[in-house]
Amino acid sequence: MKDAVSITGSAHTDRIHDSAAKHVTGGADYTDDIALPEGALHAYLGVSDVAHARLLGLDLSAVLAAPGVVGVLTAADIPGTNDISPTGLHDEPVFPTETIQFHGQPLFAVIAETRDQARRAAELAEVSYEPLPHALDPVAAQEAGYPYVTAPLTLERGAVAPAQEDAPHRIKGRMHVGGQDHMYLEGQIAFAIPGEDDEVSVHCSTQHPSEAQHMVAHVLGVPSNAVVVNVRRMGGGFGGKESQMNLFCVVAALAAKKWGRAVKIRPDRDQDMTATGKRHDFVIDYDVAFDEAGRILAVSGDFAARCGFSADLSGPVTDRALFHADNAYFYPNVRLQSHPMKTNTVSNTAFRGFGGPQGVIAAERMIEEIAYALGRDPLDIRKANFYGGPGRDVTPYHQKVEDNILGRLVDELEASADYRQRRAEIIDFNRASPVLRRGIALTPVKFGISFTATHYNQAGALIHVYNDGSIHLNHGGTEMGQGLNTKVAQVVAEAFQVDFERIKITRTTTEKVPNTSATAASSGSDLNGMAALDAVHQIKARLVTFAADKWGVAPEAVLFRPNEVRVGADVLSFDAFIRAAYMARVQLSAAGFYKTPKIHWDRARGQGRPFYYFAYGAACSEVTIDTLTGEYRVERTDILHDVGRSLNPALDRGQVEGAFIQGMGWLTTEELWWDKGGRLRTHAPSTYKIPLASDRPRIFNVALADWSENRELTIKRSKAVGEPPFMLGISVFEALSMAVASVVDYRECPRLDAPATPERILMAVTRLQGGR
Amino acid sequence: MTHRTDIRFILNGRDIALPEVGADQTLLDFLRLDQRLTGTKEGCAEGDCGACTVLVGRLGPEGLGYGPVNACIRFLASVDGCHVVTVEHLAGRDGRLHPVQQAMVDHHGSQCGFCTPGFVMSLYALWMQVAEPTEAQVETALQGNLCRCTGYAPIIRAAQAISRYGTPASDHLMVERAAITARLAALGDHRRVVTGPEGNRAILPADVDDLAECLLEHRGATIVAGATDVGLWVTKFLRPIGPAIFTGHLDEMKTVVQDGNSLRIGAGASYSECQEMLSRHLPHLAAYWDRIGGWQVRSMGTVGGNIANGSPIGDTPPVLIALGADITLRRGDARRSLPLEAFFIDYGKQDRAPGEFVESIRVPLPGPEDRNAAYKISKRRDEDISSLAVGIHMTVTGGTIRNARIAFGGMAATPKRATAAEAALNGQLWTRESFEAAARALTEDFTPLSDWRASSAYRMQAAQNLLRRFYLEHDAATAALVRLEAF
Repeated sequence: MKDAVSITGSAHTDRIHDSAAKHVTGGADYTDDIALPEGALHAYLGVSDVAHARLLGLDLSAVLAAPGVVGVLTAADIPGTNDISPTGLHDEPVFPTETIQFHGQPLFAVIAETRDQARRAAELAEVSYEPLPHALDPVAAQEAGYPYVTAPLTLERGAVAPAQEDAPHRIKGRMHVGGQDHMYLEGQIAFAIPGEDDEVSVHCSTQHPSEAQHMVAHVLGVPSNAVVVNVRRMGGGFGGKESQMNLFCVVAALAAKKWGRAVKIRPDRDQDMTATGKRHDFVIDYDVAFDEAGRILAVSGDFAARCGFSADLSGPVTDRALFHADNAYFYPNVRLQSHPMKTNTVSNTAFRGFGGPQGVIAAERMIEEIAYALGRDPLDIRKANFYGGPGRDVTPYHQKVEDNILGRLVDELEASADYRQRRAEIIDFNRASPVLRRGIALTPVKFGISFTATHYNQAGALIHVYNDGSIHLNHGGTEMGQGLNTKVAQVVAEAFQVDFERIKITRTTTEKVPNTSATAASSGSDLNGMAALDAVHQIKARLVTFAADKWGVAPEAVLFRPNEVRVGADVLSFDAFIRAAYMARVQLSAAGFYKTPKIHWDRARGQGRPFYYFAYGAACSEVTIDTLTGEYRVERTDILHDVGRSLNPALDRGQVEGAFIQGMGWLTTEELWWDKGGRLRTHAPSTYKIPLASDRPRIFNVALADWSENRELTIKRSKAVGEPPFMLGISVFEALSMAVASVVDYRECPRLDAPATPERILMAVTRLQGGR
Repeated sequence: MTHRTDIRFILNGRDIALPEVGADQTLLDFLRLDQRLTGTKEGCAEGDCGACTVLVGRLGPEGLGYGPVNACIRFLASVDGCHVVTVEHLAGRDGRLHPVQQAMVDHHGSQCGFCTPGFVMSLYALWMQVAEPTEAQVETALQGNLCRCTGYAPIIRAAQAISRYGTPASDHLMVERAAITARLAALGDHRRVVTGPEGNRAILPADVDDLAECLLEHRGATIVAGATDVGLWVTKFLRPIGPAIFTGHLDEMKTVVQDGNSLRIGAGASYSECQEMLSRHLPHLAAYWDRIGGWQVRSMGTVGGNIANGSPIGDTPPVLIALGADITLRRGDARRSLPLEAFFIDYGKQDRAPGEFVESIRVPLPGPEDRNAAYKISKRRDEDISSLAVGIHMTVTGGTIRNARIAFGGMAATPKRATAAEAALNGQLWTRESFEAAARALTEDFTPLSDWRASSAYRMQAAQNLLRRFYLEHDAATAALVRLEAF
């Protein structure tokens, strides 16, 4: 039987990233590597050096006189609308005309023959302004009476106040949770080529080509059909290229149309980090009531976020913080309130987890508080509060948790990581060690999958089968390293039963699939995989009809087998079969479409089913701290993570490992530091420290929960993987907290803010020791 | 002898001769913009991310040696006489992937792929030196390479598997070694090179005497050794640096020799070039040295540059001052020596006259009764600038402390000795109480700043605790229990 033969790169196999060989040879082209057309120009942004001011004048004569300068772009050059707010709030000008709203805000662009010339010229502007008072962080903004940048959200269930008042125990606390820069290795970049009439074509590095297209059209004052946006691949995105690329696309397109020449814009790393948004930092006030057994009775929480000067995506980000402020735990009575504060800083934006991590860490802190107050192992408190059991399955947003697997998952990790034994040994070690102290923590994550803006949960794909049997695959998702293209091609290969190599994965372009959603919210494979599968099904249906008709067999007798098609007793190679279909005038192209079922969300009422399903995971980390200096080392991390039935275990494992390290970085060494004037002083890798290879846990065991299968009908029963494992890094933070708590024999939950830099660790130790 | 006016080197397989190279032209821009070798990426343009890593091979006294460098801050003029190898040169002549590349592919070592060429080049450099590295060696080799996607685990796995795909002996840089050596030798003509336009002139002296002469001719010239700082003046601050006098090619400046009870370090020796001698003679510096920059920075940056640049947060001055180092400055044929700490006058001000340069550093070697330590505190353990650093030296005879020399970086406007703390220790018994007194005295020595690296309060407390650590670490009762690195 030939059935023993299988195709290469089928779904559920460890297919290597489709660009891997190009990555390692330098042959993979990123936007900056594309050869420029003749006569191409370069743009650079001129930025403000004040956090908040009334803009009185912009004298660009010295800029214009600089060598190589072709011209400048200001708000006056915008033919359409001077706005790139992604939510339509009209609060984010391309270039401000009246008020400077943050230090580093782009005020104009200079266009020159070379990038170096443009960059030097941009320094020469004379900006006159009248300084205004500024507020940089959410607390200062609240004190100064600053407004919300967007409507806040309240989630409420049960009766909080009576439950709190009657509770045997109640703890209130405040935690500062720092933001995070994306630090994608490839920075923001766009280059635009002018076309005929009102047309313009843009190559860039965005997670959201359709939005970039719409923004360019909006600013140019042309219909969307005049603008094409193309993305072959990104050198990392992490949310930082969802809305933030719009500015660069718009500037390149404006200049290209104005001068009729191709224009490229690429900020340097410092400008990239100061002029584009980051993960929101939060100040979280929590109030948790609980019983003697450590069961939570009521929770109230206020989540104030540094949103920056405009809304950008702060609405859905702060919403998602609330959606995840329960993490894995049932709150019988709950009230959560977001405070999306306007601040005089760069407008914060999407970043892997999208507010979720800030919610989850609040939940985990409350668990720790309870455990220390009762003198219990925090893991027992976690388990006592997991969703499940009669009446304990409803979230603060009134969605039922129907797919909880954390009981089994955490039990398995607890055993494989030998958590109880090691915790006992660590407590013994700490008793005998005056300087070095250890800590261990096992923390779970439950993460909701779907865009909470329900209309985003749709996707399209376009598949052509050429008459030589080769397949062209296009979909609306973008490749930023996560392996989306590989996974979607695996789905297509399996559905057609052809080798992976037969499929050409092509760049994402708004010309092929319109009205796409951002590749974000971990949704890339879920949405685009299904859309591609729909396209395959359409083509296959036509092929089956054709074959049944031509060979005179029942449709069930047409079978797609590895690289061949059986029709009754006949066997044809795939190529020959396709050729025959072409000769019979069968349409060999299809546009596929998918929309996520079951979801709905009523934001005003704070109720609905915003998530199609949940992804789960857990991590156990052990650390050692030096109580003299606050330095620390992660000794060991064990992870068990749920990706449903993995489309590609190797790629999913890569996502889990990478997300964990990135999450650990967020909570340890990555610190954003603004000076009093509002200038970001950690603005490049020299001052902003993401994890290095040597920061990895000394022992790092990562496994996928291979028994898990999505109970919903997702693509091949897999689950989303991009964001959920990011929050596994919280295990490191809580382990550090335990090591700190050891200096007072675990009698008190340390006040520890994030990121837990060596300084914060030492200060927490000192505070517990009562100062010195 | 007339000056040469062009820059000559080998790029991958080709001989390159550039008639005019400005002082501030970077190797990266040359590769990407002029040569369209776009496999080498720009990630940060400040030598911190490693996406632009290339290998630079140069003929030294011990033959042809390749080191990884950051092309973004390496000046083009400084590769005169070198062999520059980019990622495009790795795949076999038959188009097959190089063992390093195949290992990376098979172990899923790339995700977005943007940092990947840089990782490939660092791993390549490591593999040529150590075919089967330990995990620790891989980590040290990758301190200068950032990856934001993978979390590094698959890259480490790949690094340790490379030798399953081939041996360094059959690698083409090894196979072609003799031929490249001959071609590089033919490029060297021992002439001064003067190139680039007026105002942006690059000067490569023929030898050290010629360097002294060049500096008399151009007293305000920028001296460029490893460019790990000057590179940023250009890429970050757009500062003109011409005329610039390059010293990285001067072998005479790179010698590290034992001279009686001292070690004499040529000012032009890179951190990597002095590592072996330092580790042998000053073992307490071995781990500290590995925390200076990343491998690329260590193979470019020099001890002399780290001193001459006068930064209050340079890694080497505190530990060298504590050891009692002095430096020799030269102007024309005149030389003078002074204690290293005396060189640092104030923030941004050093005791170096126009036309003068740091020629060498003399480090006295400790005796059997000396106790030494070098500590660095930073937000991230590796490849970070110190929040504070300290070198501690003292002699303990019969239980009594003498000769305490404690020098801090990051605590004042210059690298500075903690004289009050030293005074509190000298003549005292080796006891916990003596060190408590020294810790208290530190508040008389320093009023540190708060900035993005650390607050004033943290700097002071950590500084005091490092004195306590020194005591605990050198006391038999507690030695094993004190340092993260130790267990």
